[in-house]
Amino acid sequence: MEDITIVQTLGVAVLGMLVVFCVLLLLMGIIIVQSKVIQNIENKKKASEPVPATPAPAAPAAAPAPSAKGSCGGVMLHDVPDRTAAMIMAIVADGLNTPLNELRFISIKEVK
Amino acid sequence: MEFIGTIFSNLAEQTGFAAMAESGAVGTIKTIIMLAVACLLLYLGIVKKYEPLLLVGIAFGMLLTNLPGSGIYTPELWYAGSNATSISFSDVLHEGGFLDILYIGVKLGIYPSLIFMGVGAMTDFGPMMANPKSMLLGAAAQFGVYFALLMAVILGFDGNVAASIAIIGGADGPTAIWLTTQLAPNYLGAIAIAAYSYMALIPVIQPPFMKLLVKKENRQIKMEQLRPVSQTEKIVFPIVVTIVCCLIIPSVASLLGCLMLGNLWANCGVCDRLSDTAQNALMNIVTIFLGISVGATATADQFLKVETLLIIVLGLIAFCFATIGGLLVGNLMCYLTHGKINPLIGSAGVSAVPMAARVAQVQGQKDNPSNFLLMHAMGPNVAGVIGSAVAAGFLLAVFG
Repeated sequence: MEDITIVQTLGVAVLGMLVVFCVLLLLMGIIIVQSKVIQNIENKKKASEPVPATPAPAAPAAAPAPSAKGSCGGVMLHDVPDRTAAMIMAIVADGLNTPLNELRFISIKEVK
Repeated sequence: MEFIGTIFSNLAEQTGFAAMAESGAVGTIKTIIMLAVACLLLYLGIVKKYEPLLLVGIAFGMLLTNLPGSGIYTPELWYAGSNATSISFSDVLHEGGFLDILYIGVKLGIYPSLIFMGVGAMTDFGPMMANPKSMLLGAAAQFGVYFALLMAVILGFDGNVAASIAIIGGADGPTAIWLTTQLAPNYLGAIAIAAYSYMALIPVIQPPFMKLLVKKENRQIKMEQLRPVSQTEKIVFPIVVTIVCCLIIPSVASLLGCLMLGNLWANCGVCDRLSDTAQNALMNIVTIFLGISVGATATADQFLKVETLLIIVLGLIAFCFATIGGLLVGNLMCYLTHGKINPLIGSAGVSAVPMAARVAQVQGQKDNPSNFLLMHAMGPNVAGVIGSAVAAGFLLAVFG
């Protein structure tokens, strides 16, 4: 299709845009359905998990590990994975141009 | 004494200067211009940092191929026919130079697909999956591709070349190289250089359109935080996309398949070593091969044409209209959702990951310093990668 007229090109352009929109709309629909199905399955799994029995008396707590030199102690994480928290702290330290061990993070909480 | 004279005479005949003199005044001027262009591109890559990882390699390949007498790239072996089946790979292996051997990977579409594998491993589709509507913005930004296609045909390019020029608007270097090697290999050098140069210029090209097309109050809109996407969703997604897209447009299987395989490796949790290799070692090796061999195709005869200037202009038009398409649909979505979507993220629909998303973030923060659009803009940005691959597959199906 090397020799193509302007009118034919216009047709190809319109059809091309339609194809791109249709494929991405289809994928959009699939993502919506997929996420609903997976979330349902995961919620059901969580609901069917047996409630943990009364925990056995806890063993005497081990002595807390000594903080790193210059560390300002621990940080409370609320619904935030360790990796994400570490990344956030590193970004803040980088943004403030201050070494991480000179900053004190009290808690990190995901805003929902 | 005569023996020494003969040696000197033979050495003199083999120098590049002798080859330059043999090519005549016009040939010499062309060589000098090409060497100057290569040095200019090296300057842009090294000093101005325009996509340096690729542009430095491309410029150096261009420098090598235009040094008379080097014989490391032989255009005659490649331009006998326009498609891979009419090329004698046996001749290439027997008679080709160093860059001819590397160019086999470009010609067969191997390097762009391997680069896509690395891109897939580095890309997080999470923001797009958390806000699937952002896929529409990725689709809208492909408007630039089809507008440039129409313009190229109006300017007199044939269908194959016009399609290759148009894909510059997809703002995706590997996709542009992949399509051009199959439809218009003679123009590969010019198209690759235009694509990568404009990708580097996105922070300059996009902001004026963002200010022009989006009202200030809409530019200040803060978007809701995205929902977390589960690991299972991230694993299922690349598999589903591969099946759906490759069933609809099979010609895009190598490109999209590699993108999704890289992403699956990164998310499945059991192939960390492969994901790491695809993101780093493999990506770097292929970038070296791709850059230098694409640059080698920019010989004086192929590059010094009026068409090269037109390609550069059309590439810019494609980028501008891709941005306009994304912003206009962004405005529409802002209106339909009663101000829940900041239209600025529409400009990130041109793929160029993550540069275009960063531009949306920077512009958003200029208008509202407490606004963080980066993760929201990553949705249309990665949708744009899929959209440009689909657009390239469609163009290949029509013109291939």
